[in-house]
Amino acid sequence: MQQLLQQLVNGISLGSTYALIALGYTMVYGIINLINFAHGDIYMVGAYVGFALTTFFHMDFISSLIISMVVCAILGVIIEKVAYKPIRNSTRIAALITAISVSLFLEYGMMYFVKAETRTFPNVLPDWKFKIFGGVIINVRDIYIIVVTVLLMVLLQYVIHRTKVGKAMRAVSLDAEAAQLMGIDVNRTISYTFAIGSALAGAAGVLVGVYYNTIDPLMGIMPGLKAFVAAVIGGIGIIPGAMFGGFFLGITETMVSANGGALYKDAVAFAILIIILIVKPNGLLGKNVKEKV
Amino acid sequence: MGSLAKMSKKRYRGGILKLFNKKNIISLAVILAVYFIVQFFISNGSINDYIFTNVVLIGINIILALGLNLITGFTGQFSLGHAGFMSIGAYICAIVTAKLGLPFAIGIILAAISAAVIGFLIGLPTLRLKGDYLAIATLGFGEIIKNIFFNIDYVGGASGFNDIPFYTNWTWLYFSVVLTVVVVNNFIKSYAGRACIAIREDETAAEAMGVNTTNYKILAFVIGAFFAGIAGALYANYICLLKPDSFGFLKSIDILVIVVFGGMGSITGSIFGAIALTVISAFLQSFPELRMVIYSLILFFIMIYRPQGLMGTKEFSLGFLKKRGGLNAKAQDK
Repeated sequence: MQQLLQQLVNGISLGSTYALIALGYTMVYGIINLINFAHGDIYMVGAYVGFALTTFFHMDFISSLIISMVVCAILGVIIEKVAYKPIRNSTRIAALITAISVSLFLEYGMMYFVKAETRTFPNVLPDWKFKIFGGVIINVRDIYIIVVTVLLMVLLQYVIHRTKVGKAMRAVSLDAEAAQLMGIDVNRTISYTFAIGSALAGAAGVLVGVYYNTIDPLMGIMPGLKAFVAAVIGGIGIIPGAMFGGFFLGITETMVSANGGALYKDAVAFAILIIILIVKPNGLLGKNVKEKV
Repeated sequence: MGSLAKMSKKRYRGGILKLFNKKNIISLAVILAVYFIVQFFISNGSINDYIFTNVVLIGINIILALGLNLITGFTGQFSLGHAGFMSIGAYICAIVTAKLGLPFAIGIILAAISAAVIGFLIGLPTLRLKGDYLAIATLGFGEIIKNIFFNIDYVGGASGFNDIPFYTNWTWLYFSVVLTVVVVNNFIKSYAGRACIAIREDETAAEAMGVNTTNYKILAFVIGAFFAGIAGALYANYICLLKPDSFGFLKSIDILVIVVFGGMGSITGSIFGAIALTVISAFLQSFPELRMVIYSLILFFIMIYRPQGLMGTKEFSLGFLKKRGGLNAKAQDK
């Protein structure tokens, strides 16, 4: 029981990062139907920005988190303007390959500048631990990662449901053409979506850097794919679905690892993906949409 | 009953005779001539090891790209897990030749068949999915296959499968490529091939016209996996060292890029694409640090400026050398 609770805490921490990355995936997919493969690499850039700020400028955790989110938001908007805008009306496969090329560019461009070796993130958080329920260890880092994630999610829900930008985003994802006729600037709304999604990925990058202490230029590939799995589990395009999917995947993965399946945890994540796709392709929280001829 | 047997026999004989028409005899002569010319250059040393390695990579990429082109270009089904089938072929052939000590031919055949069987098992449930969802599902399967090879100690696990005998030579490579081109080319022109193209154009309409869409999608998938298995076998017995990492998501993307670069739905396009991209990456070897950055930029500009690929759905033919305006030339243009 104690072991189970401990794994639950670890799973929620891991799941928080998946959820934050998955949110960006799901928002972008919802609005322009593009699997943004570069999203995992924006998360990597966020981690490096956080690393640079804390190591070279000796900033504290909160301000480096915020600056890193801003940098990632700008990067996301630039990527959208330069790479995705010209291919918005081309075929699915061309869009997919463009996204992959952006992803490769970010990974290997970063590798060119910072070299391939793994970097160690400085300790910016106090090293407290305390025990609850007689043995479950909760680290201060666990609390930070969970609290920051929850705060960002609440903020995102507020933006989406209570602000004008959020309303425009919902309208564009429902029907871009009709939204344009109603006077919504579709291009600007798409840019906002990329900015918000990328800022969340940047936050996830800094959180992971602080939590696991190591970063490298290819760190975005696997979490990127896993976050995508999380988005599909919850139903792609649905924001609460991405949150749910992220925590679900994080907890499942830690449970599998804890029970001797550490080497198979990636296979398990993708097996869940395939089962969900076959049984309920619109995700656990998705609605069924009938195909029209 | 008797007359029916006679008739079918007659048709069969007609079929055999039809194979020996002028066009096929010329093709056969060209195929053999190319084989002997290159064989001659290899034996007198004009083609050195470095060039030959690139020739082998081109051949393997052609086989992989044609298999994927059948799935993605002709049948219109996204697959991001093609490297998974290649890895099955590679590992099966490596086991057969290195662990069991059997000849290469048996290895290739078993590799192709096992990849095809896995292709069938994966295709059966996943091909009901469409578009992006199918792409993600095949990506997932590719990663699962990689993860499984990582954890089997019999084939070396993460540290890799060593000491695979070196069997892949020009003869095996060339005739595997020729076999792939001939089979895919004839498949496209058969009833089944036209059914596949109909599925790409409009799946619902094809179904309404009585095409069993699931069967043909699975058929295309199985044939694609079959050839990926052959490519894997050739790769295993040329490189002689297998690592599960070399068959990841990126390898699948590489193959897809060849197909899209050459033109989806063009056999000659895939061949040109395989040659062009293999040569480009061979040249980029001299800038190891910037190699992938340049590669990603090339990809990006192709997608922006020529998203239909080099050839689109057209085929390259020497028809323009003949008299223009002939009925044949027009028909070939289509």
